[in-house]
Amino acid sequence: MRRFAIALAAAGVISVAGAGVAFTETMDWGKYQAGDKRSGYTYAQPETRAMQDDEFENPGFLLMESATAMWSKPEGAAGKSCADCHGDVSSMKGVATRYPVFFKPSGKMMNIEQRINQCRTEQMKAEPWKWESDQLLGMTVLVKYQSEGLPMNVAIDGPAAPFYEKGKAFYYERRGQLDLACSNCHEDHSGQNLRANILSQGMPNGFPTYRLKWQKVGSLHRRFKGCNDQVRAEPYKPGSDEYVDLELFVSHRANGLPVETPSVRN
Amino acid sequence: MKRSQLAAAVAVPLVMALAAGIGGGSRAQAEDLVAYQIVDGAIPKSLTGKPGDPAAGEATAVNRKLGNCLACHSLPIKNQPFPGDLGPDLASVGSSLSEGQLRLRLVDSKKINPDTAMPSFYKVEGLHRVAKAFEGKPILTAQQVEDVVAYLMTLKGN
Repeated sequence: MRRFAIALAAAGVISVAGAGVAFTETMDWGKYQAGDKRSGYTYAQPETRAMQDDEFENPGFLLMESATAMWSKPEGAAGKSCADCHGDVSSMKGVATRYPVFFKPSGKMMNIEQRINQCRTEQMKAEPWKWESDQLLGMTVLVKYQSEGLPMNVAIDGPAAPFYEKGKAFYYERRGQLDLACSNCHEDHSGQNLRANILSQGMPNGFPTYRLKWQKVGSLHRRFKGCNDQVRAEPYKPGSDEYVDLELFVSHRANGLPVETPSVRN
Repeated sequence: MKRSQLAAAVAVPLVMALAAGIGGGSRAQAEDLVAYQIVDGAIPKSLTGKPGDPAAGEATAVNRKLGNCLACHSLPIKNQPFPGDLGPDLASVGSSLSEGQLRLRLVDSKKINPDTAMPSFYKVEGLHRVAKAFEGKPILTAQQVEDVVAYLMTLKGN
């Protein structure tokens, strides 16, 4: 049913090629749209969307297979696995809709990748996984996938408030030799063509994502760094406070859109 | 008042030239920045003191590491598919804008519209977190700016 609907949508786009953006602007994107908010799915090429929707074609699902095995595999000095505390991975349902969250012991915001590594070092007494490793990406995809289809619902009140403000300031601050803020492209010009690419609204609800340009699944922070590099700005490290705060801002900005991990993007 | 502002504009590149000299002169770009005067929304005088080369300007405009104009604009050039549309089509920009107006738009478009997404192609001051490889360098040299201006002036539409 789902694949059938996508096939129809793809055929529609092809048949009116030339109407381009005007067509996609007026199209009913169903669950991929919440009010004015549109998932990156709605800006992707029809073939890219088809790849996301086919579980056998979408590389995110392959990555998730090894993570599923890892879920119940004991690791570290404590001899514990994820399953020993959390039971079946389906217990993670809803978690991804709320992250990043304020983490009292660190006094900072924490995203899913950091939560996973926090469990590894503190509960399992195991080595943390490296950022952008297949293990950390895979487990992040697996945890987020449990919330697939549920609306993003990130809180920015209470202790999160000052971090949200920092993320917001980052989003609107011009940077780099090209002197561009995130907002210049993803707010002011979304839906328009940057050369052959359609600028999306920069919604993070499908990350980690398989990006055709990367030929690999990658994290949201890798995407942040890529955008910073493109405007010739000095990037931050993945997992840095700056990027976690930015993740908080853009995740709250996506509230109402469904969790779409693992997505596929251009 | 006006005279002191002009003096300040001239002084900045001099200071940077001195700094570059003290630093061993490894970066020539900063001292190359030419002072200019804005008059009624335009920079009337050539940054190099002479006219640019339109053919070189077209090459600079198309080059993705230099002008990269096609990222946002249409240009009447064959074999360059999928131009962007963030900015206006430039097919007849040589008729609608003067040379001086085009020069200011290339040098520092934010002087005309502070909210524009268009980069300032000849500016090194007031930028935030520029990547080390590009620090102190404008996107285009004065010569490249003049070449692109000369090229755009040839675009008169049909």
